[in-house]
Amino acid sequence: MKLLKSLGATALMLSASFSAQTTWADKLVISNWDGYMPADMVERFKKETGIDAEVALHATNEEIMGKVVASKGKGYDVLFVSSPFVEVLNKLDLIAKLDHKLIPNTKNLYSQANELNYDKGNKVSMPYAWGTTGLCYRADLMDEPTSWNDLLKPNDALKGKVTMLSTDRWLMAAGFLSLGYSVNSTNPSEIAEAKQVLKSAKKSILAYDDATFYAKLVSGEATMTHAWDGWCNYGTAENPNIKYVIPKEGTDMYVDSMVITKNSKMKKEAHAFINYVLSKEIGVWIVNNVMYKTPNEAAMSSIDPAMMKAYPNLAMSPDEILKQEQLRDLGKTQKAYTKAVTEILASN
Amino acid sequence: MRSSSRNMLLIAPGLGWLALFMVIPCVLIFMLSFFERGMYGGVDYNFNLENFVRAMDPIYLGILLDSIYIAGTATIVAILLAYPAAYAISLSPRKKQTTYLFFIMLPFWSNYLIRTYAWIVLLNREGLINNGLESIGVISEPLNLLYNEFAVITGLVYNYLPFVVLAIYSSISKLNPEVREASEDLGAPAWKTFLRVTLPLTAPGVAAGAVFVFVLSIGNFITPDLLGGGRLQMVGNLIYDQFLSARDWPFGATLSFILIGIMMMLLFAQAVIVNRGQIEKHEAKEEDVSSMNFSRQSLNEKEKSYA
Amino acid sequence: MPSFSLSNLYLNSHLKVVYFFLYMPIIVLMVLSFNKAGLPTVWSGFSVEWYGKLLDNESILNAAWNTLIVAVISTILSSILGTLLALGIERMKVNSGLDALLFAPMIIPDIVLAIALLSFFTMLDFTLGLHSIVLSHVVFNIAFVCAVVRTRLKNFDYSVIEASEDLGAGSFTTFRRVTLPIIFPGVLAGSLLAFTLSVDEFIIAFFTAGAGSSSTTLPMQIYSMIRFGVTPEINAMATIVMLVSFTMVFLSQRINKGITQ
Repeated sequence: MKLLKSLGATALMLSASFSAQTTWADKLVISNWDGYMPADMVERFKKETGIDAEVALHATNEEIMGKVVASKGKGYDVLFVSSPFVEVLNKLDLIAKLDHKLIPNTKNLYSQANELNYDKGNKVSMPYAWGTTGLCYRADLMDEPTSWNDLLKPNDALKGKVTMLSTDRWLMAAGFLSLGYSVNSTNPSEIAEAKQVLKSAKKSILAYDDATFYAKLVSGEATMTHAWDGWCNYGTAENPNIKYVIPKEGTDMYVDSMVITKNSKMKKEAHAFINYVLSKEIGVWIVNNVMYKTPNEAAMSSIDPAMMKAYPNLAMSPDEILKQEQLRDLGKTQKAYTKAVTEILASN
Repeated sequence: MRSSSRNMLLIAPGLGWLALFMVIPCVLIFMLSFFERGMYGGVDYNFNLENFVRAMDPIYLGILLDSIYIAGTATIVAILLAYPAAYAISLSPRKKQTTYLFFIMLPFWSNYLIRTYAWIVLLNREGLINNGLESIGVISEPLNLLYNEFAVITGLVYNYLPFVVLAIYSSISKLNPEVREASEDLGAPAWKTFLRVTLPLTAPGVAAGAVFVFVLSIGNFITPDLLGGGRLQMVGNLIYDQFLSARDWPFGATLSFILIGIMMMLLFAQAVIVNRGQIEKHEAKEEDVSSMNFSRQSLNEKEKSYA
Repeated sequence: MPSFSLSNLYLNSHLKVVYFFLYMPIIVLMVLSFNKAGLPTVWSGFSVEWYGKLLDNESILNAAWNTLIVAVISTILSSILGTLLALGIERMKVNSGLDALLFAPMIIPDIVLAIALLSFFTMLDFTLGLHSIVLSHVVFNIAFVCAVVRTRLKNFDYSVIEASEDLGAGSFTTFRRVTLPIIFPGVLAGSLLAFTLSVDEFIIAFFTAGAGSSSTTLPMQIYSMIRFGVTPEINAMATIVMLVSFTMVFLSQRINKGITQ
């Protein structure tokens, strides 16, 4: 019995000491994808503003959504998520309205970045990076692809050497686009058609890959991959023969945004962080470091032309990007997408 | 009476922990099975059984069967690899057995993700195996070894094999060598002795190892994700996707509920096998005239039923 | 007998194949961790560069430390609770409800337990941190420790305990002097298993961890590294993780020998 009592006491003490450690620290917590900002950016932010901050990492939008929905966002202050998820977090009332007075650097944004349809006027989110989804390929091993069908129905030489994104929205988008439908389609027969196309495409796919496709291009495991433009640049950096192209049918545009959780206890500091990211100087540093386009006009206009030449998709203008359709949350139709994707991934 | 209250005291803290941190949270989640996903991924609290109807869709049944097939194959391969290894260890000199076992278990204590990652390095099209085979001229085009069922099964077997060897070894080492010798003295060929005497008596170890591999394989989603390249869906992935991609907690809860039900049945089946093994052993002890009698008798009986 | 030696020959070579299968991937990673190029395929000279990079990475070291804390505390707690549970249950009548309860933590999909615990903690307004990972890891570890200790207790002769108590020894003395030495190998095996499972686990850890790097654990880092690209740092990390765990197992084996002899 004594043993049990002391055991219980120890457990409580340990718990208490840990929680003390975590509540005591008044730190701004920022969750982002691994490698999606310069590694020492938060350190620099701390030094320059005197605000204590730390970074949490999430591997996917889905992961951070699961955690934020279950925990009501407690503990997190700033989140980086893609645009459809901004819409959901807002509808679920988990993110705060932004106070633009605290973010004077919004003046650095392109005017178009204020008119994004998932959050007009950037009421609850600030765009961090944007771009398009397309094909990333080895120009030394194949001719330039022109159509989504080059990916979905590859010629014999490419069979088993292409990869596709596995995240449900982007996987379905490839199917919809090849058929000329909207990437936000809620029409059951269109969903069924896209599913059929993607099912037959599966036979010639090496793997579904959201994160290491560029490494597969570099090593030669794959010749063409379904990719986000910024991430394709990681491949180009290692092998200049790796190029990016948007298929002639068009594509979607993505926006990765910053939001502040409603439960944040450090909203002022969170605004200061967003403002910091949107400054011209930091904006330039981000583009040079992560090789993604940002909606920061002041920063984009001061990027070294040699950089733009080495990574041509960085030079894409806001109008070119905005020509593409933006992903929206699907509401109830999400169920149908998930089921279609399950069916595709489970088919032989 | 005193001892039964003492038993309660022994089990109370552990059970209390499980009740507080498993039963209550999980019951709360499983109750969601009877509700519906809300418009934006929350929960609409109107009671219905629709999720159970959805779960009967042939797609999900197909994924369950695929998972059973993959987990089952991994289990069989693991046992075929583990049994002779465990047997070989049990035949080696006593002193060396601990060392041999130690080196079987060693890899098991390193990180699961890293062990899985090692197979990506080995199996990919530009990986070590393909490059090796190409350089010695066995193949001219790289083989697709990664991102398929083969890779997933290899990964599962690799990760769980040590534990299976251990489970089988502990059964074999408890075996009285006289039983085997008696059977051989009676002129039974070695393979017959093995099939009729050794194998049945070591069934509990095999069952424990098999259940371990099967249970951990079927709910696994990391191995299909990393080694299957997303081309394979197992129940684990399906449930993971419902909770995270679809943000459909009610349906995710329903699917998990069904999976847990199926696995419980399997575990009870294993418990029955183990208990039967135990009873046989007790009987053998009670015969007391040494295990020879037992084996002779059972051999005779089995010979009869064979004829 | 020729057939006997032939089967022996087969068994021994089979054992060698199994060892090869188990160690080849590990050795490959270890060798590659010293490869200068960082590409897993081409050997371009010996270098310890990747170890330097790894050891410079503060967040990885921090995560490794967190993992160790979580694993040690959850192993201690679950070894005690699991062993007591096993001792109690083995002397009770077969109760399938209880058995089911003890199977459950092993078979509930990780993501379900993860989401369930996070929702539960949030409901209670419980502050998350490393301690909430410990609480959660103990759940499945209790089940595994209990299962392992129970197999050890299967052949336990309870008359030894009665004898000890008849001789006037108190329950605690009996436990320490009689029961514990007998079941110790089982407890040790169980706690090693618990330790490994806790060091490997990352889904439950990700969800029940507090936000921020102060409660990030190593498997979360490794998963993210593997997902985001094949960097040679993973090989260096693999080598270190394996050497550390091998040393630990080796030491515990030594301790076990010391106690049982």
